[in-house]
Amino acid sequence: MSDTMTPQRYGSNAGQPLTRRDGLAKVTGTATFAADNTPEGLLYAVYVPAAIARGRVVHLNVEAATAVAGVTHVMTPQNRPPLQGDPEAKPNGFSFIVDVLQNDGVRYAGQPIALVVGETLEAATEGARLLAPRYEVADSETTLAGQGGEAVEPGAFGRPGGAEHGDVPAGHAAAVSAIDVVYETPAQYHNAMETHAVVAAWDGDRLHLDLPSQALSLSCASYAYFFGIPADNVTIRCPYIGGGFGSKAFPTGPQVLAILAARTAGRPVKLMLTRAQMFGPVGHRGATRQRLRLGIDGGAALTVLDHEGTAATSRFDDFIEPAANASQGLYAAEALRSAHRAVRLDVGTPGPMRAPGEASGSAALECAMDEMALLAGLDPLKFRLRNYAEVEPGTGKPYSSKALRACYAEGAKRFGWADRPMEPGRMRDARGLLTGWGMGTALFGCPMFEAEATATLRADGSALVETSAIDMGQGAWTALAQIAADSLGLPMDRVEFRAGHSSLPNAGIAGGSGHTATAGGALHAAGRDAIRKLGEIAAADPDSPLHGSGNADFTARDGRLYVAGDDSRSEDFAAILSRAGAVDLTGAGSASRPAADAEAHAMNSHGAVFAEVKVDPDLCQVRVTRLVGAFAAGRIINPRLTESQLMGGMIWGISFALHEEAKHDPRSGRIMNADLAGYHVPVNADVRGLEVLTIHEDDPYVNALGIKGVGEIGVTGTVGAIANAIWHATGKRARRFPIRIEDLLD
Amino acid sequence: MKRFDFVQPASVAEALQVWHPGAVWLGGGTNLLDLMKGGVMLPDTVIDINRLADLRGITTLDDGSLRIGALVSNAELADDTGFAHDFPMVAEALLSGASGQLRNAATVAGNLMQRTRCAYFQDTTAACNRREPGTGCDARGGVDSHTAVLGFGDACITTHPSDFCVPLAALDAVVEVQGPDGAREVALRDFHLLPGETPERETALQPGEIIVALRLPADAKGFAAHARYLKVRDRTSYAFATTSAAAALRVEGGVIAEARLSLGAIAAKPWRVTEAEALLVGHAPDAAPFDQAAARALDGAVPSNDNGWKIALARRTAIRALELAAAGTPERMPALPASPFADQNGDHAHV
Repeated sequence: MSDTMTPQRYGSNAGQPLTRRDGLAKVTGTATFAADNTPEGLLYAVYVPAAIARGRVVHLNVEAATAVAGVTHVMTPQNRPPLQGDPEAKPNGFSFIVDVLQNDGVRYAGQPIALVVGETLEAATEGARLLAPRYEVADSETTLAGQGGEAVEPGAFGRPGGAEHGDVPAGHAAAVSAIDVVYETPAQYHNAMETHAVVAAWDGDRLHLDLPSQALSLSCASYAYFFGIPADNVTIRCPYIGGGFGSKAFPTGPQVLAILAARTAGRPVKLMLTRAQMFGPVGHRGATRQRLRLGIDGGAALTVLDHEGTAATSRFDDFIEPAANASQGLYAAEALRSAHRAVRLDVGTPGPMRAPGEASGSAALECAMDEMALLAGLDPLKFRLRNYAEVEPGTGKPYSSKALRACYAEGAKRFGWADRPMEPGRMRDARGLLTGWGMGTALFGCPMFEAEATATLRADGSALVETSAIDMGQGAWTALAQIAADSLGLPMDRVEFRAGHSSLPNAGIAGGSGHTATAGGALHAAGRDAIRKLGEIAAADPDSPLHGSGNADFTARDGRLYVAGDDSRSEDFAAILSRAGAVDLTGAGSASRPAADAEAHAMNSHGAVFAEVKVDPDLCQVRVTRLVGAFAAGRIINPRLTESQLMGGMIWGISFALHEEAKHDPRSGRIMNADLAGYHVPVNADVRGLEVLTIHEDDPYVNALGIKGVGEIGVTGTVGAIANAIWHATGKRARRFPIRIEDLLD
Repeated sequence: MKRFDFVQPASVAEALQVWHPGAVWLGGGTNLLDLMKGGVMLPDTVIDINRLADLRGITTLDDGSLRIGALVSNAELADDTGFAHDFPMVAEALLSGASGQLRNAATVAGNLMQRTRCAYFQDTTAACNRREPGTGCDARGGVDSHTAVLGFGDACITTHPSDFCVPLAALDAVVEVQGPDGAREVALRDFHLLPGETPERETALQPGEIIVALRLPADAKGFAAHARYLKVRDRTSYAFATTSAAAALRVEGGVIAEARLSLGAIAAKPWRVTEAEALLVGHAPDAAPFDQAAARALDGAVPSNDNGWKIALARRTAIRALELAAAGTPERMPALPASPFADQNGDHAHV
């Protein structure tokens, strides 16, 4: 791979603010989500969640459950048929240990302890109720509560490493001014609009699943593992996902149990989690306690940025929220340390949740930076600019691109940041509400995974493109179709786009904000391959105007093939293919990031978020009234969808700052607010004055298309900006999220 | 879910006749159906009263009082222009509750009958004297969830979640009831019961009785020019109150002739202390001792859980509601009714 790739100049489809291809189907209710499927002979499964966090089940009233008319089967640890794959092991490195009735033990509240299957959902639900479990209860711990935890041995997925650059003790010693603060973030649960679901149907040793999955190929392999069949025997149909946020990338216990029930019954089985059941066996963002020690020299330059994150994980598996890593790669500290510790609790295993690590780490870091700026006597933005990293801190690597300065400048201008008084509590609106302004820097990596795609030119000059890409609602299929159409030089309506099925070429994982870059890269390569092959046919065809163009390059535009740089020589796709025997012509492509490119540069999306909050001076109710985010994220394929993704991330930031928190009963360990009445997320009235700016950025290194990804970065920066604005309004520094009325009352 | 019989009587008399222990009345169903799905309520018979035309309609009676049928929806009542004009703080309270969809379905009688939102009541695996007498109260020492600072006892520490009932209590609303033994009336202030030793008894309704209407007395209209409801919460909309207050003043010749103050979300019933109201009488509205009145209203408040902060917040909520009432009822319903952010421009109405 060359040192720099010349980004493809697109002009026809990419860059256009197209609406979602699936939008109409979704708003009219015709989009078929997994649980909308009702195959003939369907049975319904309902699982019973454990009501304690630790102990064992000593009795289930199976007789009562079985006696309910319509209940066909009650699965418990006593009669659960064997699985071929050990649930205490993992199908692959990118998965978690699942609870599938392997014994009578309970290791977190919400763990499945029985599965009831019935002819109707109502019968299965009543059977599940009547099981009335009795427990032998052991003492449990479900909150971090000041525990020190154990150092994390880095390595496998879920066990983040740390980093240390420069002389950290010297950095502390050199500081003329320093802070040592602890920030806490709570357990948060994904709560996608669509809860986890599966409709499983067996045909001999072949398994068909309707199942929302962010990683189709990997999911096939994982489910195959549990049932001892080849991965090729599993197909997953996944045309729509009602939100994933990281929780739908892995097999979960309830889904495995439903598939097992289908095999046992010899009939298709449907299972859809209730909202309450989302709080336990399908992952969450683990609680963190983060200690940040920052020091500056006389010129307000950071001598040290020392970030230690302690995060909760389960007793039996690892996902330690990599919060401290948010402090890597952002500010130019002389010495830099990030480290992680884990506390084992009687909770379900956490997992990746939108901006895992970056969200919680950025929340703490951006507040700590504000606290440091105050001591430095500098405006928070000036302090960040004073510590702007021109190269990646610690490694000294150049950035593949970094338009963060422009993000700061444009965002600040749009927001009106220059008018901000330094002192807190100085601004009141006409009604006397305290008004505060805060900001935060946004940072997110831009990983690429591996993907494959095919592009087939049909005899009529139209095309079919295929990849197993999935759309979680973010509009991936629209953006990807735009890339595919451009790679073929066709308008959108001449391209049939097929995705969302595991039988298609593997599009990899929709995660890490890398799906558009990765699957898009594969589609781009496939389209280019098809055009190259078409060029070979035309060049060899004496009847084509392109005949004899030899090894010249070809370009495709609006269904015609041109000799590069010579518009006088061109021909329609259909004409070329027609003379070649009217055959379909298929190109194949794949995408991944060359190791050398990844090694040579630091690659990130960047942004700056500015927040205004109003706080009632007596009642301390808080409202975010303006939120301006400026982001530089490489090439923007679809501005409308990008804006929507970034807004969604920023709204998530409001949610993190002010709303979300799972509350465990201190005795039972159960989450007591496991519904959307108790577990708050913002409603429309909480979201106003939201504005997104995208800053132009050419990146010749990240990938051929120059795409960085926008799915998660909006969360980062925003949480800190809001918390800092609350401080600026009230003079009160809350160091625990979410920030609530009682935290601000005198 | 548990199977149940579903009956749709054609008259109140028939409804009363089919009732038996284990049967429930179904109005809007916005609370009952959730509780049935969660296994919190397991009726053997659901009596759908939605066909009872006698329970509908908003009418002004000869004595000037207003009679509101039990099945009038929250939205229908709040959107009735005459009602909002005469009883603005009641309309404001209604519009600050739930969402547009829920307000369309929920009924005024159902609002009185709604159960507590305490997480331990709704979790069938927790101990709850209100749900299952004698099992205990896991809310004590548990995660704070809609807990009281007044009027609670060892057996139960929860609150009543209604917004609507708070101004109703302030305005001396009356509940019209029919039962096997005939019709009777209960003052709204006496309708909800403090838990005492029998938290499972939540209202003054006797078994088999049904609410047929609410009545607001004619003199309650006298407060229309100075009446506000204020609701404090961690989310701008679609959340139960953390604290709330309904405040109403009748001003004559520049002084407060009569005052009403009722507090929500701090006890198992709307909390009204007439002695606190009396402290305001005779003062100019802009110089009234709101602080003393609020303090008096919260006399005896103590934490029931990790919720001591609620006492100060409730006091401040009461003061602010009185200040807002003194400033005068706004000409138009604020876009965000009852919100401390009610006056911000650009909000969509009644979110």
